[in-house]
Parts: sequence; C-alpha cells; structure tokens
Amino acid sequence: MPGISREEVAHLARLARLELKAEELDHFAAQLDDIIGAVATVSDVAAEDVPPTSHPLPLTNVMRPDEVRPSLTPEQALSGAPAQEQQRFKVPQILGED
Amino acid sequence: MADLTRLTAARTAEMIASGEVTAVEVTEAHLARIDAVDEKVHAFLHVDREGALAKAREVDAKRARGEQLGPLAGVPLALKDLFTTKGVPTTVGSKILEGWIPPYDATVVRKLKEADVVILGKTNMDEFAMGSSTENSAYGPSGNPWDLTRVPGGSGGGSSAALTAYEAPLAIGTDTGGSIRQPAALTGTVGVKPTYGGVSRYGMVAFSSSLDQGGPCARTVLDAALLHSVIAGHDEMDSTSIDQPVPDVVAAARNGDVSGLRVGVVTEFRGEGYQAGVLQRVDETVELLRELGAEVVEVSCPSFTKALAAYYLIAPSECSSNLARFDAMRYGLRVGDDGEHSAEEVTALTREAGFGDEVKRRVMLGTYALSSGYYDAYYGSAQKVRTLITRDFERAFGQVDVLVSPTTPTTAFPIGERADDPMAMYLADLCTIPSNLAGNAAMSVPIGLAEEDGLPVGLQIIAPAMADDRLYRVGAALEAAHQARWGHPLLEEAPSL
Repeated sequence: MPGISREEVAHLARLARLELKAEELDHFAAQLDDIIGAVATVSDVAAEDVPPTSHPLPLTNVMRPDEVRPSLTPEQALSGAPAQEQQRFKVPQILGED
Repeated sequence: MADLTRLTAARTAEMIASGEVTAVEVTEAHLARIDAVDEKVHAFLHVDREGALAKAREVDAKRARGEQLGPLAGVPLALKDLFTTKGVPTTVGSKILEGWIPPYDATVVRKLKEADVVILGKTNMDEFAMGSSTENSAYGPSGNPWDLTRVPGGSGGGSSAALTAYEAPLAIGTDTGGSIRQPAALTGTVGVKPTYGGVSRYGMVAFSSSLDQGGPCARTVLDAALLHSVIAGHDEMDSTSIDQPVPDVVAAARNGDVSGLRVGVVTEFRGEGYQAGVLQRVDETVELLRELGAEVVEVSCPSFTKALAAYYLIAPSECSSNLARFDAMRYGLRVGDDGEHSAEEVTALTREAGFGDEVKRRVMLGTYALSSGYYDAYYGSAQKVRTLITRDFERAFGQVDVLVSPTTPTTAFPIGERADDPMAMYLADLCTIPSNLAGNAAMSVPIGLAEEDGLPVGLQIIAPAMADDRLYRVGAALEAAHQARWGHPLLEEAPSL
C-alpha cells in the first residue's frame, strides 16, 4: 500500500479541520507513514469470507416514550458557550458576504 | 490512630459505619496526603476540597441520624478527568476543554454520589485517553510513585498514581485499549475493564465508542469489586448498556478459589519484545495457579498478533468522528473569532491550538482510514480482524474458563523514552487490546517485581462477557497466595515519597 506524503497530510488536516503549521506537516508525515505501514498488515488476514464486526454487542435501537422530561435549562445548556446572544449559541460568520 | 490513608476501602467503610472514625477525618487525612505528595506525583488535575468535605459531612450526619449508609460510604475516590462532574471542571487532559464546567453528572458519578463515596477530585490522563503514559496530558505527566522518573502508565496514570501514592484508596478509570489495566500493571495496583456495556458510558467524554469502558481501580481485589458493584448496571441513558443483572463480583472477591478452574495461557503473548523479568513472574504465577488447583493449558489465539494493527485503525476512525464535536461553537476553547475568520476557519484554528500531537495524529489517521479509496483496505480489513479475534476468544472459552497473559510486555518505562515514537508507545497495549475489540472482561493484578529493575509486574486475567465475577475469583486467589508468600501487600515495598 502507498506511503503518505506531506501533501496528503495537508489534505487530511483540511478534511479534519486542523490548521497545521508547516513544520508540523513534515513531522506528522513521517510518523503517519510509520503508523500506516504497521497497521496496513490487517489486510494480510482479512479474507473475503470474513464478515466485519463494527461493535461487540448486537445493537438494536433503544426506544422510549416521546414525552417531556426534566432536562437542562437554557442557561445550563449555554453555560459553556464561547459566545452567546438571545439564548442562542453565537457563532462566527458561516456564509460569505456575496 | 493508624494512618487512615493506608487502609483498604473495605476497612475504611467498616470503620466509618461503626463510628471508629468519621468520614470527615478520613477525607481530611487524604487531602493532607495530597497536599504533601501531589506536587511530586501530579496525580490530580483538580482537587475538589470543598465538595469532598461537604460529602464527608453529609455521610457523618446521615450516620448520626441512624440512616442506612452505602457499602462505600465516606470512602475517598480519585476520578479520572474524563467523567463529567456537575459544577466541577472536566478537561479530559486537553486544552480544548480547559475551564469547562459541565452542567451534568456522568451516570458513574451519580452512582458514586448515591453510594455516598467521597470524590476527592479529578485525575490526570493522556489527552482524550489517547496514550499509555500520561505524557500526552496537556497539563504535564504524572510520576510513577515506584520511581518518579518513570511513567505510571496511561491513559489513566493519574488514577493509578493516586492509589500507589496513598492519595486515595479507590479510583475510576476508563479502558479503550488498556487504559485501566496497563497503569494498574505498571504501579502494582488492581484495575478492571468490565464487560463492554457493563458500566454506563453516559457522561464519559467519547474517544472510541465501541471500545470505551469505565471501570474500577483499587489497591486490593475486594476493593475493586466493591467499587465495581457500585458503578455497574443498566442505564437507559446509554443505548449500549447491557440490561442484565451485574455479576456478583463482591462474592467472587470474597471467595478467591481456583480449584478445578480451567486456565488458558495465551501462547502469542510472549517472545520478542517481552521483558525477561515480566515473563519470569508470569510463569511463576501460572505455576502458582497449578499449585492452587487450577487446570492450566496453553491456548493459541493466532489473530491476537493483528489486534494492535486493527485497534490503531478502529480507534482512530471512531475518534476522528467523535472529536468532530469539538468545533468551537457550543463549549470549550474558541480561537480566532475576530470578525475576520469564518466559522470553519475558527474551528480549524481552535482545533490546531486546542489538540495535542497525539490527538491530531489519531484524528488524521482515522480520517485517512475512513476516506474513500482506503476504507476497504484499512477500516474494512480492521473490522474483519475484529471478527477473527472474537472467534479466537470463542474458541478459547470453549476450552477454558479464563485466559491469562502478562498485562504489559515491560515494566514502567522512563518518562520521555517513547514520547516521540508513537509506534513504540502503542506496543504498551499489545496484550490488553484484544479484550476491547471483543468486548469481554479483563483485570490486571500485581504478581511481584521484575528482577532486573524492581518494578511491578501485572498478570492479565480475561473472562467471557458478563462473567466478570471469574476475574475477581482468580484475582482474589492470587492476591491471597502472593501475599502469604511475601508477608505483606506488594505496595509496601514501594519507596516512601
């Protein structure tokens, strides 16, 4: 399997919303290349006829009656917000001006 | 009066219940111990002095009124800083949550409070539980009380160090790939990863949701069992919580007996990379199990050799998704909100400033493993290995009642030795990871000191899902037999701080 380049790390960082510094790209590229080389060995034993396991338990949806219960107050829910206004989370600009 | 910090949790609870000592006296003794040694050990990120003393006073008042006390009423506990605590800071060892005060309690915390346990504070950990040494904590590493220049394990190294330094008789950890068992092994304490789904994950900051499991840490097997029984059980707030009765771990811990028990020694967990002194203690303990009446056989689990590789695809994949919630919008750090940057740029600047290197590595690794074109080869293959490991366990538990192995390949390593070599660090969890992938139950118990360095060695005991009681039965039998040989608990050989 292919190794991982500095450019690929930059692409991954963009996808993962990490504003990496230039020097971090080199550092991480070497380390990630190392790690990916080691973990790629999973494909050695992953035969076609082996089903995948995503979870240790046989998961089923858990339902409960749709009724109002006590929960956090707006003040509690907003208590960790970096910025708030009118009982809402205040966020930086999401859409462009144009 | 005897030193209150040296007592077991079981004895402390008895003394408080009988009135020999008050909960406030016990709490004050532990707070004084923290004041005396934690500057060196750095087990705690936050000490909740007021909260602890208030709870202790409440316990004493309850007793004075003749009310029923819980089995661990008034016993102090150190809580890994991964559980949300209403009104008490919760950082997960990360700068991105520095100063965050959760508005709710984790289910484990609620159960501890209902059991009248005194929570002393929040313990140090690798950031988001990603690590095996506490060196990835944004707030600096903890020291191993056996040798402060060495790591106490991780990610729950603050909890293991607190027990070892007699700062608390009980602690809570979480185990995604070994973060309870590996620190227990490296400090000569007891740590249990319960069956996946046995302890609620509600209010645990998520790292890898199909692997994360909270569990008890203590200095004795019985203390771990008492704590296990307090925190375990079905919780409707966690959709993966198992709706079955909790195995009777306390009875098992009081009845340490392995006669007739079938014990399998995992063939794959020895050889290159394993410290000779660790294997020597493990071999002696296997022999001891035979002497105690167990039937011991070798059991091969060939897929375990791929467990580490599968884990370092599955855990990062889940973490890259789970940590997407740290977007700088609703809680935690926000960087670059100056009117110039867009919300997306603020998110990226905040995550760059707020996450440490290991978290960034794993988020990017997971993003890579899940990306189109690589998904089948990496994440898909890792999920197949997970099936093979589960099948190995099923085959093994068809032959034996429990499996045993070293908990870790080596004893505690020096702080700094593996800090910039992620692959070397990952090897610390080689033996503990299979149980997380399969979701069964496992424990580490101390079995002596390695000859070459005089540092603690742990034996891992693994039981099938929902057979957690077997861990305690074996653990208690070994603890009693070892202490009969040594003449005292292993921790008494640790240097005084």
